[in-house]
Parts: sequence; C-alpha cells; structure tokens
Amino acid sequence: MTGPNMTGEPLLDVRDLKVSFRTEDGLVKAVDGVSLTLFEGETLGIVGESGSGKSVTMMSVMRLINDPNARFEGEVLYKGHDLMTLNRDQMRAIRGTGISMIFQDPMTSLNPVYRVGAQIAEQIRAHDHVSKQAARARAIELLAAVGIPQAAHRVDNYPHEFSGGMRQRVMIAMAVSCNPDILIADEPTTALDVTIQAQILKLLRKLRNDFGTAVVLITHDMGVVADLADRIAVMYAGRIVEQGTRREVFYDAQHPYTWGLLGSIARLDRPKPRRLAAIPGQPPSLLRLAPGCAFADRCAHRFDLCDEPPELLERVDGNHLDACHLEPKQKKELRETTIHPELIENAE
Amino acid sequence: MTAAEAPSTSSDSSYGNGDGELLLRAEHVTKYFPIRSGVLLQREVARVHAVDDVSLELRAGETLGLVGESGCGKSTLARCLARLYPLTSGSVVFEGQDISALSRRELRPVRRELQMVFQDPYASLNPRKRVGEILSDPLRIHKRGNRDQIKRRVRELLELVGLSPEHINRYPHEFSGGQRQRIGVARALALHPKLIIADEPVSALDVSIRAQVINLLDDLQDELHLTYIFIAHDLGVVRHVSDRIAVMYLGKIVEVSPAEELYQRPIHPYTEALLSAVPIPDPDLSDRRTQIVLEGDVPSPIVPPSGCRFHPRCRYATKICAQQEPPLAEYGGGHVAACHHPLNIDLPAAPGADAAPVPSAVPVPGAAPGGAPAQDAVPSAAADAEPLPPVAGGTAGAEVPAEEAQ
Repeated sequence: MTGPNMTGEPLLDVRDLKVSFRTEDGLVKAVDGVSLTLFEGETLGIVGESGSGKSVTMMSVMRLINDPNARFEGEVLYKGHDLMTLNRDQMRAIRGTGISMIFQDPMTSLNPVYRVGAQIAEQIRAHDHVSKQAARARAIELLAAVGIPQAAHRVDNYPHEFSGGMRQRVMIAMAVSCNPDILIADEPTTALDVTIQAQILKLLRKLRNDFGTAVVLITHDMGVVADLADRIAVMYAGRIVEQGTRREVFYDAQHPYTWGLLGSIARLDRPKPRRLAAIPGQPPSLLRLAPGCAFADRCAHRFDLCDEPPELLERVDGNHLDACHLEPKQKKELRETTIHPELIENAE
Repeated sequence: MTAAEAPSTSSDSSYGNGDGELLLRAEHVTKYFPIRSGVLLQREVARVHAVDDVSLELRAGETLGLVGESGCGKSTLARCLARLYPLTSGSVVFEGQDISALSRRELRPVRRELQMVFQDPYASLNPRKRVGEILSDPLRIHKRGNRDQIKRRVRELLELVGLSPEHINRYPHEFSGGQRQRIGVARALALHPKLIIADEPVSALDVSIRAQVINLLDDLQDELHLTYIFIAHDLGVVRHVSDRIAVMYLGKIVEVSPAEELYQRPIHPYTEALLSAVPIPDPDLSDRRTQIVLEGDVPSPIVPPSGCRFHPRCRYATKICAQQEPPLAEYGGGHVAACHHPLNIDLPAAPGADAAPVPSAVPVPGAAPGGAPAQDAVPSAAADAEPLPPVAGGTAGAEVPAEEAQ
C-alpha cells in the first residue's frame, strides 16, 4: 500500500472557499470560509450532518453548481491551476480525467434510458480519441474491475436491471474510467445496506490502493471515515470545526461538536450506555447565523468568549486544527464527560 | 420487573424488561404478494415471498428489535402484525384475540392498542393539516372526550414528546425532520396504545437528532409502560433499544436472541456477517478486526433459494444447506437460530447485560497482539485483490485476512 505523500505541493488546495445562495428569505451562507488540502494518494473524510456544507463544498470544487443565485469566493487550486477561473471547456477537460465524483443515489445519477456500457463508453470517448469498440471493451474491463459478474453480458443492461450496490459499482466504474487523480465520493454508501456498504468500501479501498487515487469521502457516518480516511475534517454550519488525522479526531477530539457526534452513535464496540449522549437542539438556520461560534447554542460548555467567531487554528499540536475557544486543558477534562471515557483511554 | 418474573430461562437481565405477560403471538405468518400479468385476465404468474412462515412472541414491556437488509420482509412482517396487510396464512394473536381474520370494524378497538410510527416523517404526516388536527384526529375518530378534553390531550401529547404546545397551529413543513418524527410518535401515543411498532423511526434522521429520538422513545417506554417492535437496519441502534432481537433474511427469521447475547455470540452465519459489516467508529479497532464481506446481493424473493435461503452467500455452506431447510433450533436462554452449521455454540451463553460486552465480530481492545499480523492486514491491496476462496456450496463471503477476534 502506498501511503499518502504528504510532502510537497498538495494535489488539491481549497483556499477560503465561500459559497452563498440568494434566496427569497435572504442570503444562505452554505459554505463559509473552508480551506482544505488533499495530497496525492490520500483519503480525506469530510464528516457532518445534513446542511453542514460538505456536499456544497465538493460540488463547488467540481464547479457543478449552476444556480444563478449562487456566489463563489476563494480559490480551488488543482495542480496549481485555479479551477474557479476556468471556462466551461477547460473545466470539462478536468472532470473525469483530473477529478471525478460519485453520488449517493446511483439511480438518479445514471441515465435510465441508456445501457450502462454506452454511458461508460460515452465518457471514455469524450476524453480519449478511441474507437467505439475500444471504448466498449474498456467499459467491460472496468465493470469487471469493480466486481460486476459477467461484465461482458451486463454491459448491455439498463440501470434498472442492477441492484443498488451494483449500480453504485457502475458509477464507480464510470468515475474511474479516465484514471482521475481525485475521486470525490459523496455519501457513496448511505443508500445501501450494511453488507453492501462493506462491499463498496472494500472496492474503494482497492481502487485507492491499486491506482493511488486520492479520495475525498463525504459522509455522516463516523464508522465509515474511521475505516477509510487518512485525515478527517468535521464540518458544522458551513465551516470546518475540526481537522486532523484519523487518530487525532477520534482519540483526541478537540471540538465539542465532534464529541457530540462521537457520543451520539449507538456503537457495537462498546458496552451499551444507558442513554445516548445526544446533542440538544437542532443545527442553526444558515440564514441567520450568529456572529460567534455557530455551535454555541447547542454546546454545553459555552462561555462568554463564544460570542466571538472562533478561528480554525492549531491549538494542540501538529496539523490538528480546531475552532473552539476552550483551553486545550479544559477540553480534555470536559470531553470525558461528553464521550465515552474508554475512547480517550484507548489513545493514551 | 426482574428477570425472575420473566418466564423465560434467560439469564440476561435486560430480557427481564418484559413483565412476562404475553402480548402478541404470531404463528406461521405468511405474506405473499402476487405478481400479475395479462391485459384483461390478470393472471397470477408468480409470487413475492415477502414473509414466509414466521412465528414469534412478544411480551408486555419488552422491545423486540427486527433487523435485516432491505427486502428481507421486516416491514411487511410489521404491517402484517399490525394487520395493515391481510395475511396470506397464519395467525396473529394480540391480547388473547386472534386478529388475523377480523373485519375493519372489528379491528378498530385493536388499532387503539396497536400503533405504528413510520420511517419517513415527511410522507407520514398530512401536509395540509395542522399539527393540532393531526393529533386530534385519532381522538375524534375513537370518540375520546369532548372538544376541550381533546384539546387538552393534544397539548399533553406535544409536551410528552418534547414539543412546545404553541406548535399546535403549525403545519408539518414548518418542522425539522426530528421534530416531525416527534409528531409521528405523539400521534401514535394519542390513544394510549400498549404496543408501538416503529418501522425505521430514526433512519431518516441525522446522527445527533437520531440520538434524541431514541432517548425519547426510551423515556416514553419507561413512563408509559409501552411495548415496542423496533425495526431498523442500523445494528447499533437496534442493540441500544432492544431487549430481544430477531434477524430476518429473505422472508424468514433466522435467529432470535436476547439483545446483548446476539452481539456476543451470533449463531447464524448471516448474523455474524451482518455484525461484521457494521463500520466501527474507532480507527484502531477498525484496522484490526476481521471483516467478513458478503459477496453478491440478497437473492430474489420471487424464487428464493432452496434449502437454507442464505446458503448461496454463506461461507460455511455445505451440500445439506441447499437441500434441507434448517428449522429454528433452541440454544438456551431464549436464543434460537436456523442453521445447519451453527457458530459459537460451545461458547457459554452471555452473562448479564451489565458486563462489558464485546461483539464477537470485533476484536477486544488490547487483545490484538497475538498470532497473525494485525495492523497492516485489513486494507492491503493484496488482500482485496485475491480471488475468492472457493467454498463448498457456491460463491461465498471473502474474508479479509486480519487478526481473528477470539
């Protein structure tokens, strides 16, 4: 397994990305100053609940948001080029060969009236000047590579003839058909059963290891990132509230929202708690965000400084960033009351 | 409610949550859906075997978890138990009364006692009705008091589920998903039911909100002495809420066990695989554990496989599995499973729920150093690229080699 190459230039460098939508009710700041890096061969997990801005961030990187009411600020550097300044054709050349994306619901992402083979071949021929036969042969190869049995036969099936898991495999085959450097997977297993989820995660792991593809994995499931991600960014209300390596985020979580996420999972690997540590309240409306910490209203450890906006800073060590005003020492004590204490012991 | 009062032989104290009185008994419940074809004469050409010969018992005060993959028939079974579907055959006895053949009118008093909460709080609330109407409808239909009494009860219900009585005049679209699910719960509670069948009540909710709703259901059970049938595909959630768990596969119950015991010593290979597929939110454990990845999809319920329905995907399958359907056999402590090659049967039954349980599919923290290489094994490319080991009986699960748990 080739580990991520974290030295040198990042493959993808998102700098202070802001995405807002003008709506009838006012300005929705869906993404509010997100900075991310992704290195070659690395898997970055982006975790957050619905509305946290995790999908909008990555859709913006792909320049897939065409809403005339959307406004973008910031830079998205891919191999040194700012994707935000590219025109349609230039961007089209990058999609598929440079960066490609798979989505949660493979049924709506596939065209129901074309055979899957034709859909994959179309993409291959859009980027490579090859014959129809060669594109079809490559499509069969790809379907076999993502674990579709009898690929030579299945290539002529329509999307509805596949099960949910198989459709997601088709999507993955299509996404990797032009050997992209980066694969963005937006909740790739959310619509699937656990046993099928395990198959798809295994496949993603294999692709990453075989081809060295860097992966951005968007999910709400802490279990999935624990399994697959090298680094994790936790998003809340359009901002990153914590970012670090997988072990840092799980064993040395700094932000109370991360504690809440970890505490509210009913997990199989721990004794059953009497009650789940639910986060009270609901995510704030992105229309009326308070100037301070967006999580403050739901946070049990709120104090006067929380009315000031917290910056995402190195507060503990290394590249472990968090956006919480509490002192690291305080956090350590408070955290243990919020998530299961065994989790902390594990790290030490 | 102590374990001693429970007639079961179970030593699991959490099983003692049921006070022993039999509330519901399903016997040989079968539900087939016909597939028709033809223009004028709609002839039945095939049948979907959604639920096939399922028997189970439910005791007052307990929570029975029902797990399985989509299409395994868990929702159909729930709807059969609630008599939202007519049964193809079999019987459902609720509080001593066979409800499987009752007419709509005769069912009415039963409906008061037996309510459902549905998965999608967006689809299960009428968007054109205010919350007040949604909650007072059941009270009016069942003639529970005059206008003032009903109004009072609606306010009471809103408070019970943690909503403000001021919400009474709002429409469903003005609420978030979690709040809507609370309304769904309040509606189910309106007529003081004894049994609530909750069909994936938290699956559509975000994690933090999910925990809130689970805690609410927990509190309500204590407060109102409710009995739950809790359907979910999330095994963590099911373990958290259930006293007993039934695992379904392709229309059949393959294993029933006291909750903690199921996670510590799954007997059916399908249960083992299901537990093993759940991602563990702990990086080190996740790297260390053995994961069984089932190959393929659930077969079609139109033509279910012969013998044991799980045999085409089972890594332990032998010849007999394709020929003979295994009966549900008793393994002590209320733990039953239907398998020709039962697992973990030489392990002792689970101790009380207080003891720290570690599911067998998950390695014990700190127990990793031992024989096989642990850390590097699971995500390695080599492991994933290996062809599947041929297992007798056809295609089977591939095991990612890593540290074995126990």
